[in-house]
Amino acid sequence: MSETHKNEQWLFEEPLHGGQMWSRILRRGQLLRLTDVTGGGAVAALFFNADFPLERYNMPDTLKAQHIARITAGNVLYSDMGRVLCSVVADTCGWHDTITGLEDAALSRKKYGAGDYQALRNDWHRNSRDNLLVELAKYGLGKRDFGANLNWFVKVAVDAVGNLSWVPGNSKAGDYVELRSEMNTLVVLSNTPHPLDPASKYQARPVQLGVRVTGPADDRDACRRSCPENERGFALTEAYFR
Amino acid sequence: MALTESSLDPQTARFDTVLGAGLGFSHLIRRGETLRIVDLEGNQAVDTLFFDAADPSERYSAVDTIRTQGGIYLSGGSPLMSTEGRVMLRIVADTCGRHDTLGGACAAESNQVRYSLDKKFMHNCRDNFLLEIQERRPELSKRDLTANINFFMNVPVSPEGELHFDDGISAPGRYVEMRAESDVIVLISNCPQLNNPCNGYNPTPVRLLVWAA
Repeated sequence: MSETHKNEQWLFEEPLHGGQMWSRILRRGQLLRLTDVTGGGAVAALFFNADFPLERYNMPDTLKAQHIARITAGNVLYSDMGRVLCSVVADTCGWHDTITGLEDAALSRKKYGAGDYQALRNDWHRNSRDNLLVELAKYGLGKRDFGANLNWFVKVAVDAVGNLSWVPGNSKAGDYVELRSEMNTLVVLSNTPHPLDPASKYQARPVQLGVRVTGPADDRDACRRSCPENERGFALTEAYFR
Repeated sequence: MALTESSLDPQTARFDTVLGAGLGFSHLIRRGETLRIVDLEGNQAVDTLFFDAADPSERYSAVDTIRTQGGIYLSGGSPLMSTEGRVMLRIVADTCGRHDTLGGACAAESNQVRYSLDKKFMHNCRDNFLLEIQERRPELSKRDLTANINFFMNVPVSPEGELHFDDGISAPGRYVEMRAESDVIVLISNCPQLNNPCNGYNPTPVRLLVWAA
């Protein structure tokens, strides 16, 4: 875990309401901070090379290159072409899931009931799969572009025999994670409950987003230096932009 | 890791072939049919994906499978879930006991990251997948290749969130068998990886059998 300086100049800040979807092309050298305002947040995320979206976040390549089964500060997000889409440069939470996927409409109905727009208006339950599908459509992407996603602020522990358990209280009020974009990265988010969250009441928590310019990783960058694999991943990424 | 044997007789299989080390393969498995993969010489990773035959945009999903069964390793009884939340196949026999679905497929580019920038030339599973679909499955493309199953591969995860490619726990003659719950295309790369212990540094053939429903 690490924290960054407090005196940054934000290009913009905006709320990501509970249930909301969001996307932006995060340019190389820009940084996105996600803050879990009240704690207990869950933000599903997908990542693509915005210049050529057939290149996208690859969960297995990310995990095996860094010998990890979760994401935290010092880790990077690999594309399926051996390049670094984003680096996790700060994280006060310590564990973000990438192995347990999304909630779909059927699962959401089972957990929270169907609800309807007539009665609930903008509190009508949204789910991460539908949200990401809608947001992907805005870039000409769709179902076939779904891969394993990231779940910011979510911890699903794996025990000694491989069994899963969702961990309550992983993210506290004010916890944040910062992503530095190493490519021109299309970031697609859905602030919706994680499928393993056992709560019977629909609770999508407020998240605050901020974007600022930080520049790409330098030679002594902690993510670059966290393992020899990442040194090579950054070298391949820099070669792409040369 | 309960081991479950099969009563199916190879002499009654409708399809029976040996897939050499480092080769790609695809085949239609109809609803109710059973696919068996035999690790002939032991510790051979078999990278495998499934697609719905009628609508290939529905396909095997590692994360949905992991979440649905509540565990990261595949073995006897595991449902192989689709991106639409359906059981595509179910593992009905398994004499190995543990299979991976987090390690993904090796690729020219990820080999450069993992091992050395000069490893790009080496044979790899994604090239096998891509050649197989270019030649025989024009309805599929690179965007359809997502986190796959690695049968017979051992990728333990620690409670602290570490992940490693370990020596295999398979052995000569061990097999895994799965029954299709709808018509599916199976896409396989018999892994050519030489840089880690997933194939015991010696890729070898596997036997593939299919029994009619």
